[in-house]
Order: sequence, then C-alpha cells, then structure tokens
Amino acid sequence: MKNNYSIISLLKNSLSYHENWQQAWRDPEPKKEYDAVIVGGGGHGLATAFYLAKKHKMKNIAVVEKGWIGGGNTGRNTTIIRSNYLWDASAGLYDHALKIWENLSLELNYNVMFSQRGVMNLAHNLQDVRDLKRRTHANRLNGIDAEWLSTEEVKKFCPIINTSPNIRYPVLGGTLQRRAGTARHDAVAWGYARGADEMGVDIIQNCEVKGIKRNGDNVEGIETIKGFIKTKKIGVVAAGHSSVIANMAGIRLPLESKPLQALVSEPVKPIIDTVVMSNAVHAYVSQSDKGELVIGAGTDAYVSYTQRGSHNIVEGTLKAILELYPIFSRMKMLRQWGGIVDICPDASPIISKTSIKGLYFNCGWGTGGFKATPGSGDLFAHTIANDEPHELNAAFNINRFISGDLVDEHGAAAVAH
Amino acid sequence: MFIINCPFCGERDQSEFSAGGEAHIIRPKQPTELSDDEWADFLFMRKNIKGIQFERWYHAHGCRKWFNVVRDTSNDKIHAVYKMGEKPPIK
Amino acid sequence: MSESFRSSETKFLEKTIRISFKFNGKTFYGYKGDTLASALLSNGIHLVGRSFKYHRPRGIMTCGSEEPNAIVQIGGNGVFTEPNVRATEQELYEGLEATSQNCWPSVEFDIGGINNLISPVIPAGFYYKTFMWPKKFWYSLYEPAIRKSAGLGKSPTQPDPELYEHKYIHCDVLVVGGGISGVIAANISADNGNNTLLINDKSSLGGSTIYQDDQNYKINEKISSDWLNNEINNLKNKENLTILNRTSLAAYHSYNFLLARENISDHKSLNERSNQLRQRLWKIRAKKVILATGAIERPLIFNNNDRPGVMLASSVKKYIDHYGVRCGNKNVIFTNNDTSYETALSLNKKGLNVSVIDIRKNSSSKLVQSVKKNGIKIYWNHTVVDTKGYRKIKSIQIMQLSDDGSNVTGKKINLDCDCLSLSGGWTPMVHLFTQSGGKLKFRDEDQVFLPNTAMSDQISIGSCNGDFELDDVVNNTITSIKKFLDITSTSFDNLNIHCPKQKENRNIWLLPNDKPLGKTKPFLDFQNDSTAKDIKLAMREGFRSIEHVKRYTTTGMGTDQGKLANMHALGIISEAAGVKMGSLGTTTFRPPYTPLTFGTIVGRGVGTFFDITRKTPMHEWHVENKAEFENVGQWKRAWFYPKGNENMHQAVQRESKTARESAGILDASTLGKIDIKGTDASEFLNRVYTNAWSKLGIGKCRYGLMLNEDGMVYDDGVTTRLGENHYIMTTTTGGAANVLSKLEDYLQTEWPELDVWLTSVTDQYATASICGPNSKNILKKLFPSIEFNDENFPHMSFKNAKLDNVDCRIMRISFTGEHSYEINIDSKYGKSLWEKCMETGKEYNITPYGTETMHLLRAEKGFIIVGQDTDGTMTPIDLQMDWIVSKKKYDFIGKRSLYRSDTMREDRKQLVGLITDDPNEVLEEGAQIVRDVKKKPIEMLGHVTSSYFSPNLNKSIALAVVRNGKKLKGNKLYVPMKNKTINVTVSDYIFYDKENKRLNA
Repeated sequence: MKNNYSIISLLKNSLSYHENWQQAWRDPEPKKEYDAVIVGGGGHGLATAFYLAKKHKMKNIAVVEKGWIGGGNTGRNTTIIRSNYLWDASAGLYDHALKIWENLSLELNYNVMFSQRGVMNLAHNLQDVRDLKRRTHANRLNGIDAEWLSTEEVKKFCPIINTSPNIRYPVLGGTLQRRAGTARHDAVAWGYARGADEMGVDIIQNCEVKGIKRNGDNVEGIETIKGFIKTKKIGVVAAGHSSVIANMAGIRLPLESKPLQALVSEPVKPIIDTVVMSNAVHAYVSQSDKGELVIGAGTDAYVSYTQRGSHNIVEGTLKAILELYPIFSRMKMLRQWGGIVDICPDASPIISKTSIKGLYFNCGWGTGGFKATPGSGDLFAHTIANDEPHELNAAFNINRFISGDLVDEHGAAAVAH
Repeated sequence: MFIINCPFCGERDQSEFSAGGEAHIIRPKQPTELSDDEWADFLFMRKNIKGIQFERWYHAHGCRKWFNVVRDTSNDKIHAVYKMGEKPPIK
Repeated sequence: MSESFRSSETKFLEKTIRISFKFNGKTFYGYKGDTLASALLSNGIHLVGRSFKYHRPRGIMTCGSEEPNAIVQIGGNGVFTEPNVRATEQELYEGLEATSQNCWPSVEFDIGGINNLISPVIPAGFYYKTFMWPKKFWYSLYEPAIRKSAGLGKSPTQPDPELYEHKYIHCDVLVVGGGISGVIAANISADNGNNTLLINDKSSLGGSTIYQDDQNYKINEKISSDWLNNEINNLKNKENLTILNRTSLAAYHSYNFLLARENISDHKSLNERSNQLRQRLWKIRAKKVILATGAIERPLIFNNNDRPGVMLASSVKKYIDHYGVRCGNKNVIFTNNDTSYETALSLNKKGLNVSVIDIRKNSSSKLVQSVKKNGIKIYWNHTVVDTKGYRKIKSIQIMQLSDDGSNVTGKKINLDCDCLSLSGGWTPMVHLFTQSGGKLKFRDEDQVFLPNTAMSDQISIGSCNGDFELDDVVNNTITSIKKFLDITSTSFDNLNIHCPKQKENRNIWLLPNDKPLGKTKPFLDFQNDSTAKDIKLAMREGFRSIEHVKRYTTTGMGTDQGKLANMHALGIISEAAGVKMGSLGTTTFRPPYTPLTFGTIVGRGVGTFFDITRKTPMHEWHVENKAEFENVGQWKRAWFYPKGNENMHQAVQRESKTARESAGILDASTLGKIDIKGTDASEFLNRVYTNAWSKLGIGKCRYGLMLNEDGMVYDDGVTTRLGENHYIMTTTTGGAANVLSKLEDYLQTEWPELDVWLTSVTDQYATASICGPNSKNILKKLFPSIEFNDENFPHMSFKNAKLDNVDCRIMRISFTGEHSYEINIDSKYGKSLWEKCMETGKEYNITPYGTETMHLLRAEKGFIIVGQDTDGTMTPIDLQMDWIVSKKKYDFIGKRSLYRSDTMREDRKQLVGLITDDPNEVLEEGAQIVRDVKKKPIEMLGHVTSSYFSPNLNKSIALAVVRNGKKLKGNKLYVPMKNKTINVTVSDYIFYDKENKRLNA
C-alpha cells in the first residue's frame, strides 16, 4: 500500500524532513512475459494501464516508454480540457473524459489541479457564428454545458479581450463551456503512473521498442532495447510515433506526424482567469498556476519528427494574441517548444482494433489529445480487455477510412487544443 | 525554417512554399475498379516515415510549380530536390 | 541619497551625466553607463526582490542575463510598464522607475515571507499531495490563493504605445558575442572578404577583457584590455562588417536561421523615445555562424546561500572594475578555483577588506601567489556552512572540510562580512549551439559540457567552447577561424600572450554541512526556490530523469531558465544516482536565450497590419454609400446598404424585394476567377468537375461542382467557354486560392500529359451582377450594340462587349433565380462600371444589395453556398444534386469515394427545406433538428444551415441537412431551442419559382 497523500501526511513527513516518502513508482526490469504491454508511457498509455488493472483486473501489465514517462505530448501541450465537440460520437468521447477529470484528483489521490475555469471559443465572422451556434445547440442537446455569449458577454467574462468592432476580425460572440478548463499536465502522467504501479503495473522507462513480432495475424511480443517481451496483447499509444510502430507491425495508418508548437510568457500575477480560444485568428491563451501565459501555436503542414517547427508559426500566433490582447505587447516569451502530433484526415482519433489480432492502436489525436486522457485510457483499456470497442469509441475505428463514415471534427478540432 | 532549393527559382525561404505530403502516391488510373480497401489505401494511408521521406512541395508564393523533395524527417535535412516526373536522385 | 558605495574612478561611466531614478518610490542617483543594478549597488542597495515560493529576501547576484533575483517592474503603472526586467541588464536612464515584485506591502517587509516559516511543510511538489479535498475548494479557494502568490511582476493593462519592426539580413559570417574572441573572429572574417555581422548584447564591445586592468594579462606586451581596445577600434573602419550592439541573439533555428533582438530605445529616457522604435527583430540567414557567447560563473551550493549580499565573484569584479562600485566593505570570497582570485586582487587594489575561503587544499597559481603577497587571508580546505542576516548578509560560519570533502570537521569560525562572492567554476554558454541541433560532450576535468557535433555550418570559440585562459582563448580562436573560413594567415598570427595559468578546480556540487540536509536550505534555483533537498526528495520519490526532476522541483524553470541552477542540479542528480556526470545528458535548452518581447516577435504586424485587407475596385463606392461590410476570408464584402435608420433586417427586406421586382446590383468581384487555356482544357474540366464539359458550346456557361477526392463537395461556380481551348472558371470567394493550388497539383503531378495552363485572374477583373426583371433593360442601355433577346443571348451564355471602348465579358447567369447578367471588366474600370450601372439603372430603381440579400435570394431558390450549407461531409447526392454527377464519365475527382459503403447509404444527411408552423418564426442558423423531443438521449437528425425571412414569399424559409431528409418530405419535425421548441415541416428546398420562369422574365 502506498502512502496516502494529504496535508496530514505532509505535516507528518515534515517532521522527518521528508526523508521517508516512498517512491511514486518502481523502476523495474521487464519480465519475460506480460498479459498486455502498453507501448508509450504518456498520459494515455499510463491511464490505459491504470484502467486495465483497476477495471478489468489485469495485473500482469507493462508500460514501455522510450524516454521518460509523460515526456512526449503529455508534457508539451497547453493543457486545455473541454468536451464541446460537434458530433455525437466526439461529444460522447470527450464528455466521458471530462466526467472522469472532475473526480480524477480524488480517484488517483494525486492533485492533477483540474481547474474548471471555463473555455471560451470566439467567433470572428458570420460563418464562425453559424458553426459555433450549431455546436452550442448540439452540445446542449447532448447534455454538455454550452452557452452562446454575445460580444458584450464575452467582454464581461474576459475583460482583457479587445472586443472593439474596429479590429481586423472583430469578436462577433463566442461560446462558453464552464465545466471546461485546464489541468497540470505532468501530474496526470505521474498520478496515473503512481496509481498503476500500486496495482502492480510495471512501468519500464528508457525502453525503446525495436520491433513487433507477429505470427501470421497474431502478435507474439515486442522487441525492445531491453530484450524481447512476450505478450498476446499490445496497445500502442505512442502519439507522434504511431506510424513508426505501425510500420514495425507491417501496417499503415491514415496519419501524418507534424510539429506543433507552444510557448509560455514570463510569469505574472493573475491577469486572465479563463481559457480563450480563437480558431479564426488562431490564438489560444490561458494562464498557468505559476502565472505564465500559456499559448498554443499551430502545426506546420509538413511531416517532421524533430520536435521543432518553423518560426512563422510562432510569429503568426503572437500576432493573433496581440490582435486580441494588445495589453500583452510588452510581455515576454520565456520558452517555446515543439511536439509531434499525429493527425487523422478527419481530425478525430483512432481507438481501435487492427487487422492483426492482439494489436490495438490509440492514435491520431492531433492537437487535442490531452483533454481526452482519462476517457481515452478507460475506453482503450476496455477495447484491449474485451477485444471489442466500448460503444463510446466504436465510431473511432480504423475501418471508417474505408467505409467513409468519418467523424469530421475539423470545425471543432482542426487547430484546437 | 528550411531553405528549399526550388528547381525553377533556386534557394528560397520555406515560407514561400507549401507542403504537399508524401510523393509518388500515384492516383489510380481506374479508380472504379479498386475495392474500398484499395481506394482507402490510396486516399488516406501514408508511410509517415521517420527518416528519408520523398515528398511534394509547391512554390505557392513563387513559380507555382509542384516539385519533389527528399528530406530526412528526423532532422529536417533536405538531401535532394527534383522535378515532377523525374526519378528520385537518391534511393 | 548619496552613492556611498561608488569608490573609484572608471572610464566606463560618463560621470558628467548624473541620472536620477526611482526605486520603490525613492529617488536615487547614478551615472550614464550604469545599469540599474550597478546604480542600486552604488547606493548600498542589495535587497531588490522576493523569491517565488518562500518570498525570501533576495539581492543582486550577477551582472548579466543569468540574474535570478534582481527582477523588477520597470516603468511604473503607465503604458511603459514592463514586468520581470533584470536590473543587471537594464541600462539606467533619467527618470527610470523600478519597483520590487512579488512582495506586499514592501520588499523590506513582505507578508508572503510567512511561506518561509511553513517551508518545512511545503517541499517540492507538495501541491500534488494536497488540496484535493473537498473537491470544489480547489477552484474556489486553494488555486486562487496559489495563483495570487505566484507570478512575479504585473502584466501591463494598457496597449503598448511603442513600435517594433523586423529586418532581414543575409550575411556570409555571423559572429555572436562581442568579447575578445568575437572581436578577433569578426576582424579576421571581415578582413578576408566576408560580409560579416557582429552582434553583441552589451552597449559596447569588449566582454570581460575590456575592464581587465591587470599586469598579469598581456598581449604583445600590452595589458590585455588595451590591446583589445585597439582591436575594437580597428573594427570600426571595415566596410563589410556590421556591428550591432545592445543586440542579443534570441534563437538559433535550423538552416542557420537566427533571430536577434536589438534594443533601440529601452536605455533612453521617456522624453527621448517619442515616435521611436523600441526594439527590432533581426531575422538573420547566415552562411556561417561563429558562436562566441562566453561562459557564466557558477555559484556554490551550501546552506542559506541566497541572502542579499551573496554574489558571483566575477560580478563583484565587474562592479568594481567597470562601474567603480564596491558591493561590500567587508568582502569574503568563497571559491573552488583560481579565477576568483582576480576579484580579490581587484578589491584589494581599491583598498577594500577581503579574505578568501577556498575549498581546495592549495593552489600554486600566480594569481594565488599575488593574493598571498598582498597579505590577503586565505582559508584553505574550508567551506561556508551557514550565513546570517535577513535583509542583507552580516556574517558567515565556516568549517574545515574533511579530507575527501564529503564532510566538515573542527570548529566553526564566524566571519563578519557584508558581501560574499561565490565562484564555483565556469559554465560555457552552449544554449545557442544546442538550439541549433548540436550535440554536446562532457569534459571531466572541469565538469563542463562543450559543443561536439553541429547540425549546421558553425563553430564555437572562446569560453563557450571551453577555453578559459587568455592564451587558449586567443590562440584557439585564431586556429579555429582559420580552419573554418579556410584562411592560411591572419594579422593575429604569432601573438605574444602572457597570463597566469590556472590550476585545477575542486568540484563539490553540494557542499557538506554540520547539520543534516533536511535542516538546511542550500538553494540551487534562487528564483524558484528549489534546493538541493528538493532534488534529493524528487529522486527519492522515483523521479530519476533530469526532466522529471526539473519539472517536479521547478528547477531551471524561472525567467533565467536555469542558467545558474542547471549544472548543479545535474551534478547532484548524478551523485545521488551514482552515475557519471555527463552520462545523463542535459535538459533541453529552448529558445529564446533570454525572454523576448511579444511585440518584437510580431513587429509591425499589429492593428491594421494584422492581416491583408482585400478590397474590390468598387469598395470606395460602397463606403461612400454607407454599406456595412462582412469579412469573407481577407475580403471586405458589402454586407447590406442601410438607408436612413434601417437596421439590417429592414435593409435586406428592401433590397431583396427590389431585386426581384425591378433590379438589383451586386459586387461579385471577390469570386475567384481562373483562366484556363490549352488544347486539353475541356478534358481537364471533365476530370475536375462532376459533370461533363466536352459538349459545352463556345460562348456557353455551365455550373460545376468540384469534389474532394473523398467525395465531399469542395467548391462550385460557373465556368464559361470563351473559345475552343479557353475557359474562365469562377470559384467561391473563400476557396479561390485553394482551388487553384489543387488544380495545379492535379495538373502538374497526376496529369502532366494534359496541355492546360491556369492563371488566377481574380484581381484582374471586377464583376457587377445585375439581376431582376429590368436587368435586360439596363444592359440594353449599357450595351446598345448587343441584342438582348433570349435567342441571341440566352440564359447560360456569354458575349464579349465594349463599354466605352473598354472590353467586357457579359455572362447571362443567375444566382438569384432572376433574369440576370454578370459584367466583367478590367479591374481598373470596376468603379466606373459600377457607377455607370447605377446611373443607367436609376430609372428602374436599381438597388445595390450586399451578401446578406444575395444569401437570402439564393436560399429562396434553393441554391447552396459551399461552406454554409455544406461542411465537408456532404456529397452531391446528399445535396439532392444527383443531376450534376455524370454517370457516363469514367472518372472525376472524388468519384470513387461516392461508391463507398457509407457514402452510398440512403439515410445520410440530405439537404431539405424547412417551413415553420409560424410563418413569422425565423429559425436560428445552426439550430438542431429532432424527431422526438422526449427521447433520451435525444437524437439529432441534422441542423439548419440557412434561414431567412423571405419578403417575396412573406414567410420564413430555411435550408437544412436532415438524416434521411429526402424521405421525410411533409413530415413534422422539431427544433428544440433553449427556451422553446419550434415546430417545422420538411419541404422541398426550392421555395421560389420552381419552374424557373423568372430566368427568362
């Protein structure tokens, strides 16, 4: 049993100068065989292992991670969490996640700092207004909280936005999801890792996968730099590198991996108390608990695994930020970075079985995977455990690219974080 | 920010170009004779390779010509540039 | 207040120019040439800020960009305010106002200091372990409290009055850094015919050598500073050399693309700034890059090493030698190497009291000998175990080190001091090198990371490449540059250099203490308050990767990005993990090197320059006639033309009615126009549109629908055959650029055998569309030579014409359902065409209408707008436009996708009309449609895509896409709104003139 985390335990441990805290997770060597191996130790992968152990009573599970857990897109995103997606399938998926988020800190006994400070999406032209109203109506009927705000209401909710009608693309209104917000990205990975470890999941870091061994249409195991690991079920959650793993298994995915950039400003005292997203002028901003403005930039249009994008993208993003928030002109960029996102043609993810028995893929989250972390883990665990998708992820199968039954979320997700 | 050596205009900043994805995916001459699977393969499935990729770029703010580029997607180094219809200069 | 700590003359200040400034409301004085930090120190002020977490008093520690503590708000509360400015880099100007940050009510007495008392309970990562219960308290209570105490300075709250700009520069050689190696490099580069750019982040060149007034350092028998001064003077007359001072390199991207920020006016008083640029961003493309970014001194890590008055030894030296400011009267230097003995000599020379504590057992270097000769006391093999003094250091306690340095022994010695200078060795600034993709190597002797393999054409020279001795710096710089630039000899060959060779460092990352670690506070990251304890706690808890430790403890995440903290963090992690330093790698150095102003990154791209505004040739007329405008992509389109006090609804009703009753005119110039020529033009159109084109007669027009390869509607428009091998295609306004690049794509890559040439002519033509029963009469008057009867000029045909000798193309096509003509003319005549139409149409009450009326009129006719009635998920079959999909054509873009199992389903969403029970009820566009309001979960069948009140039908009409809509015609459905449910009936999607009688009216 792990130490319980609480103010009491902090006080207690302070008496011994915090020298007696346990490891949050072990650092085991891989066993020869597991019932299931999750490839990728990001938030989604760790959550998958956590729910496999917790809900499906699978105990002999490993998560193998090329670098350090949470070091990919989990630790590189702008942490926006919302569920106001257009289509029923997406709304179901993301709201499932949002509901888990609402209790996640208690479920994990780890403060993931889920902060429901609201997410506002702005409209800047008449078609934006139509699209966002459409989304608001759909959300409301799907039981997802969504409000349409007039320009005045936008200003009231976030007074620092420039709502002047004289700017190049004036704010014509917006939607607000109050249950939406942000969370502390690292804590999500660490909290799931600690929880999974406690249930016996082996989290194996610095363990790059080199190959997937197949016997005909069945998987037999994975080759890693720490040796061969036998298993009948492999769940791949390796955002950015999904295609690389797929190639090892001899399958192709409808994905392209592209650089996505983000940046933070120097920390300042609280100035913006919500998350504001604008697809049309392409500016996303929130403020972290540390006080940094967290700003999401866009993706480049070319495939790259370098974790760096072009400067144009950052410049364009900050241009948009200053258009909407001229008061930030004298703020300074502290740090910029890039991640690699794999993007599906319909801007929706894949949580699916494949043509190979025992091989499952969870990928294609594009720029918006963080918000889905708990839901994605839960549903992927269900899919792996039962060899069948849950009804909430049935629509996100790979076959939709053959039948044409896409879940086109470009309006909601193309550049959405 | 790459510099791309457009085969028609010479070296220019990346911002003049737009990326067109994987090259040498030939549009089937008789699409109606393909199965849904085969068509989906053409339409959506990509190698998305980490390493040497053969890809298409468009000199959108220049000569408006499409051409091919050989680029290592793991470090963005461009190894070669060649015109449409030409054979890749490297394998 | 007097500057009681300004003790010596210095040539680097202009003592004739006395400057007054305010710090925390009090007025002080300094001189031109001072930084805010040196001016504060000259007034005896060390305490300038409070730390991030524990709100501990903190003082000026360094003299450069690595400063973690002296971070202040500049410019008061006005429009010039700027948070988090390093006092060590801010040049002093008359009237400068600076205030301490992160403290209340004042920096001397800060309530937040209470955090220091509870610090035992709030170690690294404590917030992950608590504040979870009760759930709602996180957002309502805990988080606001955390947020309030976090953050440093305050964001500006008013728009920025100053300007920024971008400048591009291409050079053969870029030299980054204006110290001795950079100066030599620039000299050699320029002398050898290279277009050279030298950038230097200080106000003048020379680095730390320029104030090295020491007989121990000589080049060609001159004191090194004199020699360098001479070389700097030599630089001034070189034509192919550009020197940018006050310019710091921010980012080094791939392909030798670099960004540098030049400060234009941040050092000037507000009066001198009017209408001036504040900062300029240089976008540099360099063929070759020489990095000479120097090194920064490391602190030492021991208990309470963070008090005001604890500084870096090299900085103390700069303050005395460069600014003439003594940082203390009783100085103690605490060191592990020889370089800090220079500081001791400098202080001693100025007559100041100084002693040295060295963790080494001895050193025989010349510098140490000089120090000894001057009678300065040295405590060998000793370490500091504690410091005293809350707002300023008062005394220290030292103890002897055990033989292996792992422990302390003997008795504590108390030493009074008011300035403690630290030197833990040097860290080469390899940030830019790694930003460019370069890989590092580790040198064990002095525990430094050095550039190893580079990704682009560049070298590192001087101390950023690990050379710390004057002779090595100069000689290796010359050798490297020769090789790098392929030069055989330089004017610097065979220099005669004298310098004291330094002896080994003794490296102990975390110094031992007589108390257990838990009871001490050895700070690593001063700004973020992370200590060696925190690092060890993180590792104990299983965070082993350096990135994990960094994130868990927030080490290196302050505004200095760990310039001081990172090496010690790595060292302590390696020791605790029992691995070799260097084997763990480093954390990633991310751009920018120092924080970069948003305004600088954006440059002039703000306000009206945020985005291009495309205006039609008739734009001015619309403005003069009080049109309201709609943004469509980058275009400004006239939306409606209110008369008098009309609101939009009233204006649109009037415009729509007149257009159908008499005549309306629309500016359609924004539609995309592509000129298509070539012997295979018809075949090309066959392949890109869903319908057949081969049989279209010359002079005829045809509507075309273009799909994506996935079968979904992509664009539409009318294309006219102008000649045997010549067409003009129109596209939607927003789709023009994408359609052109898509067509070029197919043409150049899939069908290179086709002889087809595409040219965008959108901007070359202005288009006026005149519709209504009187349109023909107006056209007759405009073009008397043309016979406007249905035989000579039928619907869907085109004529060349002349308007006052200017060529026009007239298409008889209609998007409103009315008899209608589109007149295209060379753009420069667009406005006069429009005015002529208005003049000529006056007698028919010709009425200009905007996009809103156009939308309404076409909706009455059931014409779709791509992007409004479609969303990338609609096939032509879904739109009930089966008629436009050729069954005979073997192939066209998107055809195959129409035959996939899902696209062939009959119950897909389909375009229908909706009629509300209440004819006055106008549905909201975007509203959802259901069959059963009570069903849970509610099943949405589709949504309203277009909705208007039709003045011509005197009722509301709507277009919608509805699941299985074709079969639901006549059925009742519901539109559930927030407060009510609206009853609707599914109808045909053509509401007006189904028989198309009006086209020929």
